[in-house]
Amino acid sequence: MAAMLKVKIWRGAEAGQFQEYEVPRLESQTVLDVVTYVQRRLDPSLAYRFACRVGVCGSCAMTVNGVSRWTCRTHVSKVAADDHLEIAPLRNLPVIRDLATDMREFFDKWAKARGQFTGSQTRKDEFAAVKPESKERKRVDAAIECIGCGVCYSSCEVVTWKPDYLGPAALSRAWTLVNDVRDVAQQERLAAVAGDAGCHACHTHLNCTERCPKGISPTAGIAGLKRAVLKATLKGEI
Amino acid sequence: MKNDYRARNHPAYWAFLTHRISGVLLTLFLPLHFWALGNALHGEAKLESFLRWSDQPLVKFGEWALVLLLAAHMAGGVRLLMLEFLDWRDWSKTLLAGAAGVSVAVALLFLLNLA
Ligand code: HEM
Ligand code: SF4
Ligand code: SF4
Ligand code: FES
Repeated sequence: MAAMLKVKIWRGAEAGQFQEYEVPRLESQTVLDVVTYVQRRLDPSLAYRFACRVGVCGSCAMTVNGVSRWTCRTHVSKVAADDHLEIAPLRNLPVIRDLATDMREFFDKWAKARGQFTGSQTRKDEFAAVKPESKERKRVDAAIECIGCGVCYSSCEVVTWKPDYLGPAALSRAWTLVNDVRDVAQQERLAAVAGDAGCHACHTHLNCTERCPKGISPTAGIAGLKRAVLKATLKGEI
Repeated sequence: MKNDYRARNHPAYWAFLTHRISGVLLTLFLPLHFWALGNALHGEAKLESFLRWSDQPLVKFGEWALVLLLAAHMAGGVRLLMLEFLDWRDWSKTLLAGAAGVSVAVALLFLLNLA
């Protein structure tokens, strides 16, 4: 372990350049620790985001040595080949300044993919019973821990090719709702993900699955949507 | 901003590249292949000279490469269809290894037949 890390951090907006800093190397240091050190000790004008520091909020994702990652739970020892770090904003999103991207489009697409739950019961009704071992519930479990970090969206090449593509996170969310047996807006949801910018645009590259820090496979959910859309189309439902 | 090669350096992305490159090369080579078959129907002399031409080592290598491409494209295509149509989760990497294995096996078999 060297005494100092050589750290290059992106400064500026879409146009900008990397600036170099030297940061003391510590035991169990995370990439977020490094960014925070730079902002607190070396250059207070550095813009970046974080909140929970424990992998819950999804706000700290950046591009670390070329790969999108959650920085609060990425140890320097895991990624800093020969004590060099290159830290840049997430890809496929407009850069506001330095390491902060404009995530509006990313979240707007969740809404476009009909990512809201629509139930039919009221608080006066009994609890809906969903068996933990049912196929639907298991499919929901596989993707429900998404923290909305944008790592998958930043890694997806189809988003780069086709900027209006809804993307892995929004489609994976739609898939959890397709499997929510209480939801009553299924047809509308399948129609929302069936278009040109929807599930069929995915080429099964698995970049998202490879990078999701929560071990979710948006690809699996998107494949599920492709089948569900096909079935609904054949039945003439959408 | 866009990703560079570092974001793409993982097996599933290599599989995509293999699939696209083999797909495009097949599209380019297949007309040539049909043209050769067409010659077989249109007179012996022409076919004869073509067959003699195709006996050269370099052409033989080309043929073998074409078979490898087709095998890789087909195994890769079946892999994609399985990923998308079966409710998979845990064995996607095994499937990739299987597809690579099948394509190499087919190409080796062809090589044995040539020899
Ligand atoms: C032998 C059986 C074949 C199977 C099972 C197969 C399967 C597939 C599949 C599933 C795709 C979609 C890939 C994606 O989603 O990006 C594809 C793409 C493609 N195929 Fe095939 N294919 C076969 C034969 C061929 C042949 C003979 C040709 C050439 C004439 C060809 C040319 C292409 C091309 C150019 C693409 C587009 C590549 C891309 O989008 O990345 N395929 N194939
Ligand atoms: S599997 Fe689909 S959604 Fe995931 S990175 Fe690839 S193209 Fe994008
Ligand atoms: S699916 Fe994974 S990578 Fe994508 S936003 Fe959710 S937690 Fe992040
Ligand atoms: S700071 Fe909350 S997930 Fe990293």
